[in-house]
Amino acid sequence: MAKRKPKLAVWKFASCDGCQLSLLDCEDELMAVADTVEIANFLEASRRVTKGPYDLSLVEGSITTPHDAERIRQVRRLSKYLVTIGACATSGGIQALRNFKDVKDFIRIVYATPDYISTLDKSTAISEHVKVDFELRGCPINKRQLLEVISAFLGGRRPNTPAHSVCVECKLRGTVCVMVAHGTPCLGPVTHAGCGAICPAYARGCYGCFGPMETPNTASLSDWLIGLGASEGEIARTFHGFNAWADEFRQAGDLNEKKQDDQS
Amino acid sequence: MAEESNNLPSVTYTLEREHLHQLFDVLTGKGYRLLGPAVRDGAIVYDELTAPSDLPVGWTDEQDGGRYRLKKRADDAVFGFVVGPHSWKKFLHPPALRLWQLRREGDGFTVIQEEAESPKYAFIGVRACELHAIAIQDKVFLESKYIDPMYKIRREGCFIVAVNCGQAGGTCFCVSMNTGPRATSGFDLALTEAMEGERHYFVVEVGSPAGADALSEISHRESQADEETTAERIVADTARQMGREMDATGIKELLYRNYEHPRWNDVASRCLTCANCTMVCPTCFCATVEDVTDLAGDTAERWRKWDSCFTLDFSYVHGGSVRATTKDRYRQWMTHKLATWFDQFGSSGCVGCGRCITWCPVAIDITEEVRAIRETESKKDSAGD
Ligand code: SF4
Ligand code: SF4
Ligand code: SF4
Ligand code: SF4
Repeated sequence: MAKRKPKLAVWKFASCDGCQLSLLDCEDELMAVADTVEIANFLEASRRVTKGPYDLSLVEGSITTPHDAERIRQVRRLSKYLVTIGACATSGGIQALRNFKDVKDFIRIVYATPDYISTLDKSTAISEHVKVDFELRGCPINKRQLLEVISAFLGGRRPNTPAHSVCVECKLRGTVCVMVAHGTPCLGPVTHAGCGAICPAYARGCYGCFGPMETPNTASLSDWLIGLGASEGEIARTFHGFNAWADEFRQAGDLNEKKQDDQS
Repeated sequence: MAEESNNLPSVTYTLEREHLHQLFDVLTGKGYRLLGPAVRDGAIVYDELTAPSDLPVGWTDEQDGGRYRLKKRADDAVFGFVVGPHSWKKFLHPPALRLWQLRREGDGFTVIQEEAESPKYAFIGVRACELHAIAIQDKVFLESKYIDPMYKIRREGCFIVAVNCGQAGGTCFCVSMNTGPRATSGFDLALTEAMEGERHYFVVEVGSPAGADALSEISHRESQADEETTAERIVADTARQMGREMDATGIKELLYRNYEHPRWNDVASRCLTCANCTMVCPTCFCATVEDVTDLAGDTAERWRKWDSCFTLDFSYVHGGSVRATTKDRYRQWMTHKLATWFDQFGSSGCVGCGRCITWCPVAIDITEEVRAIRETESKKDSAGD
């Protein structure tokens, strides 16, 4: 008897769809994915939806509305194994910048009829609402890593997604360090690996899209960036980016902001 | 492979700069893949070479803690720089290497081994500290009970053209570690570059029969006494220019006595645990093994990748990492380089190349850390403690 194919579902919360697109972007591998799993719910790819429960749920996006806070609980109930994909789902995303201010102020500025808007005052990670089995980092996620997570799930093994610095990836590919050789500020030493060190390979500093690495020393790096000529305000804005609400980056940004305020 | 010999050769030869290309041609003709320094992305890296024009002619580097800058020279020196972010280990002990594959076949599977042919590397421009680093990795990979076949296949049949340094870098301390700036063994040919007025030539030492054989096919002649003296002077001048210094006397005991020194906390406050130092170090050999499977579950591959004692996974055993703090990890790195290495392999694990200092994003300096520990000890001593 043929083994039942595991059912895969892809869910979207507050997000830009970029991470789901990474799955669609796996052109060559998509057929293999479709061969090995039943794509039971993936609205970005097909309107056909098969009812749950699902063996593997990939969740994109953060929780920003009361409705979504309820919906993620349903998704959890329907899912055997739940993987969050991307910065929004794992740390609240760029939209978590609202968390630092009063969201009502934004609503007043943006919407003609603010009364129609029902939103939470914070954008939060999926793990703040339900149990998450695995978090895949990135803004957007790396498609090789996504395939690795799916393959590992199917093979019943742990995915290889190291939590060390981006620097290790730089060195493995032989990229010349942009901070040391060009004096370009780079968040690579405090950022979680996974992208393959794309930015330094194009002579740019790392923006920290994969969020904090396993043991980020943001204070030491901040001191060094000041020495390279960056201001506290600039450093604060760098940490308060796609992963602003990830603990270590939030605190590093806050600290630099405070230093800047103390000076003025 | 170059033969070990500690005697300085009595005869040296002179190779004119304009004939350097013959060395490239002869080695290429013998089937070697030429690798050596080349300018890329604002640094001098190790890459494929085809002709002397691929070398960083007229370039140099300025180095300090956490800082490297490529600079134009006032002359056309071919080897007028020191070591950069790459080391030869990237060829001998590649950063990522597939060890084997498994393919499912019916109810069983077949094992597919990786290629077993020597890549026949010729390394052009290996510095004295790097020769020592290669000798250290030879010890690690080839001279213990367990021989690494992947290293062996790359190392065997390797042709080494060494270069005696004509200047020292801002983070060099080979003199302190007794590994340079003169190449004394482990090469097939060793060059000292000399530029005097209009003259531009190399004084060549032969280190092996393979070196002698290659040289015999290149225009050269016995050096004159003044050329030999010039070459000697150049290397002696370099030895006086070391950018860094490390007092290595009793270093093993010094570190063993100071496992609980407060300096470890101090360096831990600065260290990013980014692992750059171990990645650039020419002797660090640690690797991890990753097993990957494909979606269909029909093939599996085992990969070996450089790893570092600065990652948490490195010391992960069931339930957690043994070296959880930054202090634990920095101390592991430095005591391995300068102390436990002696017990494990009979030599220092540091050759004084300075890479870990230059390429540490926050300029942590192994020579400074040793000095800080040594100084507090000598203060204690003089206080009669
Ligand atoms: S470029 Fe950035 S990520 Fe790469 S090694 Fe340098 S600091 Fe690390
Ligand atoms: S420890 Fe530093 S100076 Fe010593 S060999 Fe390694 S990289 Fe070079
Ligand atoms: S210092 Fe660390 S990475 Fe280097 S060889 Fe020792 S344990 Fe391995
Ligand atoms: S010593 Fe420097 S290069 Fe090494 S892990 Fe610490 S910060 Fe990174």
